[in-house]
Amino acid sequence: MMDEVLSIAFLMSAATLRVATPLILCAMGGLFSERSGIIDVGLEGKMLMAAFFAAATASATGSAWAGVGAGVIAAEALALLHGFACITHRGNQVVSGVALNILAAGLTVVLGNAWFKQGGLTPPLTANERLMPLAFPNAGDSILVYVALLSVPFTWWLVGRTRFGLRLRAVGELPLAVDAAGISVAGLRYRAVLLCGLLAGLAGAYIAIAQNAGFTRDMTAGQGFIALAALIFGKWRPFSAFGACLMFGLLDAIAIRLQGLKVPGIGEVPVQLFQALPYLLTMFLLAGFIGRAVAPKAIGVPYTKEH
Amino acid sequence: MKKWIVPFTALLSVAAMAPFASAQTAIKPAVIYSTGGKFDKSFNEGVSTGVEKFKKETSSAVAEFEPANETQFEQAQRRFAQRGQDPIIAVGFSQAVALAKVAKEFPNLHFTIIDSVVDLPNVQSIVFKEQEGSFLVGMLAAMASQSGKVGFVGGMDIPLVRRFQCGFEQGIKYANPKAELISNMTGTTPAAWNDPGRGAELAKGQFDRGVDVVYAAAGSTGIGILQAAKDRGKLGIGVDSNQDYLHPGTMLTSMLKRVDLAAYRSFKAADDGSWKGGTQVLGLKEGGVDWALDEYNEKLITADMKTKVEAAKADIIAGKINVHDYMSNNTCKY
Repeated sequence: MMDEVLSIAFLMSAATLRVATPLILCAMGGLFSERSGIIDVGLEGKMLMAAFFAAATASATGSAWAGVGAGVIAAEALALLHGFACITHRGNQVVSGVALNILAAGLTVVLGNAWFKQGGLTPPLTANERLMPLAFPNAGDSILVYVALLSVPFTWWLVGRTRFGLRLRAVGELPLAVDAAGISVAGLRYRAVLLCGLLAGLAGAYIAIAQNAGFTRDMTAGQGFIALAALIFGKWRPFSAFGACLMFGLLDAIAIRLQGLKVPGIGEVPVQLFQALPYLLTMFLLAGFIGRAVAPKAIGVPYTKEH
Repeated sequence: MKKWIVPFTALLSVAAMAPFASAQTAIKPAVIYSTGGKFDKSFNEGVSTGVEKFKKETSSAVAEFEPANETQFEQAQRRFAQRGQDPIIAVGFSQAVALAKVAKEFPNLHFTIIDSVVDLPNVQSIVFKEQEGSFLVGMLAAMASQSGKVGFVGGMDIPLVRRFQCGFEQGIKYANPKAELISNMTGTTPAAWNDPGRGAELAKGQFDRGVDVVYAAAGSTGIGILQAAKDRGKLGIGVDSNQDYLHPGTMLTSMLKRVDLAAYRSFKAADDGSWKGGTQVLGLKEGGVDWALDEYNEKLITADMKTKVEAAKADIIAGKINVHDYMSNNTCKY
């Protein structure tokens, strides 16, 4: 009995981690961007674009790592575009983010159709073209799962314990002070946005070439927004956001396991209930438990240098 | 506008129409796919195969449309009808409501709907006895399973998918009364047909619980399910199209639902003038459903398995085995 409980617990935690990996990477990416004062609604689009270019490149070159590289570059390109609109031209950050999402949703399918002629799909990837589960540690996880886990303490250290992090936080709270100290606000924000692109790119590559074997239309399925929710849930702090990502992953894993299960006395519980469970719990927790989430003060406000 | 322009343009348009009028004998068929997308390697791709065959044989152009979401169904049907496309095939049960409306507006055009019934004189409804084909692959699954646990992952949770599941379950129990079935549905919205990531996760959840053969009845989502089976060294069963070629060695078989034939025959009938409205129900007897055996899975199907399945197939056709249809009373008691 004890063995069984332990084995179920192990399997559940493995499933949680698999589902949560793109969320964690994306949330950490979003954290850099948002702590520097740039709202990133475009996480979803960056991830989708990265997923497409990762799968397309892996399929064309036969190398999974080339795919990861291409995915990151694609996400960085969108990140730069976002930066160009929001930092250089002081555009509306939400509008730019939404535009990136729409661009990614359309462009991936159009390019996919033009290149592979399979209705926007990439050809199915073979084992060599994918990031397969590592032999050690033998938990059936690809290397990006561990990268995601390491990204959390790394983010915590970079944002909380380095000079770069201090300035990054300052630029999100009071950019005027940073400017007065003679440090470029735009430069810092660009670096933050690029870090965000890097992590969102890894998340997209994970979805397309580790979790799945190829790109399908809209395959990110709203995970960028869930990561954003987790970030706000975790009050823009790395470990709290990590916890929120794990919670979303766990709820999903539970929903999958409990489907079709017969509960004594009630009979089979409808699938719909379990699928609604994550959302119900989110609302419940948001309403009662975590309290007020305070955003960085300068978030969403373009910085205008005063002369 | 000067007065002479009106008769002049009228004359011009008549002149422009003339070549079309002389080519009236050729039909102008159209097809509107379901939300899973034309290249889902399963249901829609089956239809597409039939359409391609028709195109090749008659070298006629077929207008095609892939809706991005279900709100586009009605729009697409009406647009094709206004352009005078005839016949128009609507693929998938979720187009039925829209088609009932549009077909009424265009009583002179012919419509065909696959997987649902629209009771109008100018609509041909083609439905399948998926439970019969699923019964056969259920038998194969139970015979191939080492653990005695078989999995089912459906797409959207609707009675039609439950029909697959129920037939599958009956086949499993027929071959091995002690075998256990673990079922999951991917979701409750049409997005459930196009979510391979979630499909893979559902399949892995089943494998963790001891399942070693999984039946994917989920459109594009199935790509993820069958991939997960391959990644874990388990067996997968495809659906609608023959999907055995996707992963030779881990594809036990596919439940064939001959939507390609349905689409092809419907166009062909319109082409030679024998098109008829009404409902067609295609089962094992009519060759509408079947199980797949080809060079990709022949090593997995033993002679014993083949004999037993073929015997059951003959019994179903002869009416000796009655496979319960979930949609007849919305329960799976048999």
